[in-house]
Amino acid sequence: MKILVCISNVPDTTTKIAFTSDNKEFNKQGVQFIINPYDEWYALVRALELREAQGGSVTVIHAGAADSEATIRKALAIGADDAVRIDAEPGDAYFVAEQVAAYAKDKAYDLVLVGKETISYNGSLVGGMLAEMLGWPFVSLATKLDVANNTATVEQDIDGGTQVVECPLPLVISAQKGMAEARIPNMRGIMAARTKPLAVVPVSNASKLTSAESYQPAEGRKACKMIDAANMQQLVELLHSEAKVI
Amino acid sequence: MATDNFQAPDYYLLDELLTDEQKLVRDTVRAWVKKEVSPIIEDYAQRAEFPKQLIKGLGEVGAFGPYIPQEYGGPGLDQVSYGLIMQELERGDSGIRSTASVQSSLVMYPIYAFGTEEQKRKYLPKLATGELMGCFGLTEPDHGSNPNGMLSNFKDKGDHVVLNGAKMWISNSPFADIAVVWAKDEQGVIRGMIVERGMAGFTTPETHGKWSLRASATGELVFDNVKVPKENLFPDIKGLKGPLSCLNSARYGISWGAIGAAMDCYDSALRYSKERIQFGRPIGGFQLTQKKLAEMITEITKAQMLTWRLGILKNENRATPAQISMAKRNNVHMALTIAREARQIHGGMGITGEYPIMRHMMNLESVITYEGTHDIHLLITGYDVTGISAFE
Ligand SMILES: Cc1cc2nc3c(=O)[nH]c(=O)nc-3n(C[C@H](O)[C@H](O)[C@H](O)COP(=O)(O)OP(=O)(O)OC[C@H]3O[C@@H](n4cnc5c(N)ncnc54)[C@H](O)[C@@H]3O)c2cc1C
Repeated sequence: MKILVCISNVPDTTTKIAFTSDNKEFNKQGVQFIINPYDEWYALVRALELREAQGGSVTVIHAGAADSEATIRKALAIGADDAVRIDAEPGDAYFVAEQVAAYAKDKAYDLVLVGKETISYNGSLVGGMLAEMLGWPFVSLATKLDVANNTATVEQDIDGGTQVVECPLPLVISAQKGMAEARIPNMRGIMAARTKPLAVVPVSNASKLTSAESYQPAEGRKACKMIDAANMQQLVELLHSEAKVI
Repeated sequence: MATDNFQAPDYYLLDELLTDEQKLVRDTVRAWVKKEVSPIIEDYAQRAEFPKQLIKGLGEVGAFGPYIPQEYGGPGLDQVSYGLIMQELERGDSGIRSTASVQSSLVMYPIYAFGTEEQKRKYLPKLATGELMGCFGLTEPDHGSNPNGMLSNFKDKGDHVVLNGAKMWISNSPFADIAVVWAKDEQGVIRGMIVERGMAGFTTPETHGKWSLRASATGELVFDNVKVPKENLFPDIKGLKGPLSCLNSARYGISWGAIGAAMDCYDSALRYSKERIQFGRPIGGFQLTQKKLAEMITEITKAQMLTWRLGILKNENRATPAQISMAKRNNVHMALTIAREARQIHGGMGITGEYPIMRHMMNLESVITYEGTHDIHLLITGYDVTGISAFE
């Protein structure tokens, strides 16, 4: 089975998020990037498990500048066979989907896996757009994936329960918690990653449909106001006038 | 123990001095320690038991012989990566780092540096995975800081030698499959050899009742007319130079390891100082607490700088034994001081197993003594700068 896994990189979860002074861009200064956890822990690891059980290959693909190669090497260290970097600052979801589709369309992949969202922009858009561009089915928010006889059996979360879907290959699936368990690379993998192929592909057709105008940090959590248990009247007043919830 | 929320301090953005691969190696071992070591280590330390189940994982994350070339089964990493692995392991526990130090620098290194081709092929690949575990016998009951006076000895009997003597304070001895042992020949020259468990007359009684490195197994090596085949001797290395070059490599690793313990204590103290409220405000708001924290991060940053530079020198084969002594002495003392200060910041909680502080503090009491005591390293620096030995 030939599997393609889309990986994006995101600021490390402990990063203090800041924007450039005009609030037009995320300030990358001093920020450590990691592979988007949904891509790494669930999509990539499940792809590797399928390859280990059934043979085939796992390729990771990332649209980004050269400084993202450290995160790509990590994906290779965890076990992907080879990697592709589309040499471009990812514009928006459409842009990324278009790049990946252009690369993947004539390569006979059986399966393309993406994470359910990035933990930075939380767009959840690339998978669906990509499936449309490839003309393939799309199953989102998958928590379990098995493949047999050219058919994928996928469990996905629905409101208040789970739905089991069957779908012939090829297809695009977005993965989330439950699909696999995070793997820590081992040293052999890290050493092997040094020499695994990482192809750099030029941008094919740079169309961006949206552009971010400005960013604003979320308001931090406010200090907790303690009110004496005996003073119910004040609590009710504040809930009404300040918190405006009653 | 509570969940491991460790965040590594990097006050001077020293990460920018590391290569992508060095960072990947470090982050890998850090993730492994969080997953495998932190959840269980307190319990094992309390029960004074070595968590043997970690051996396989230690092999997989490259903790055994990180710089041993791939042709002998090692990962073939550079010295900075080796240091970072030791730092992360000791962030978890000095005992776990000790096991890895011994296996790497005191067992694999001498086999790699002094062993015959057959010895290298026979032992190194299995030591790298942890399939075989080793220990290192230099210290004796009456010869610690002065190993040159050792009494262990062997006699030439044609195709084998007969080894007699006893070694004490030997990390990993109770479960080791092989021991790299240093003993004197009939001319009184120190030689090294590989003794295997199961050889008649070789026993490894465990040392009990330690208040330090409780999650690491320590014991003796007793040789009662042990027949060791001649092919188990290191062919060429003679004199104290052999064991000392092993110690050099281990001490280098310890100088990084100590930073790990210090970072863990600092990180825990910093978090605690923001959460613990006394007199209506977080204790981190009091000047005396801030002094402790500010001094801790200053000392950690200096130590990080020192070891990074030492690592570069080591990669270039230019690090002198005296430079390594300075880093080992400075960093272990720094870590111990930070552990004690961090314990104060944690108040009564600091003495419990809820926090890693007391365990680190007690562990570091061994680390400041083994691999050359704090004072011996000072004398090495003194000797290096004056040219006059103050040892004897
Ligand atoms: C937990 C643990 C694990 C160990 N693991 C190993 C191991 O795996 N393999 C191994 O071979 N050894 C091991 N050791 C032994 C360790 O290396 C020795 O304990 C150390 O070298 C000190 O020797 P000693 O304990 O005999 O102390 P001593 O040498 O008796 O020293 C006692 C005190 O005297 C001071 N002193 C000694 N000589 C001088 C001098 N000339 N001038 C000034 N002060 C001096 C010392 O600094 C120290 O303060 C281990 C020790 C411990 C505690």
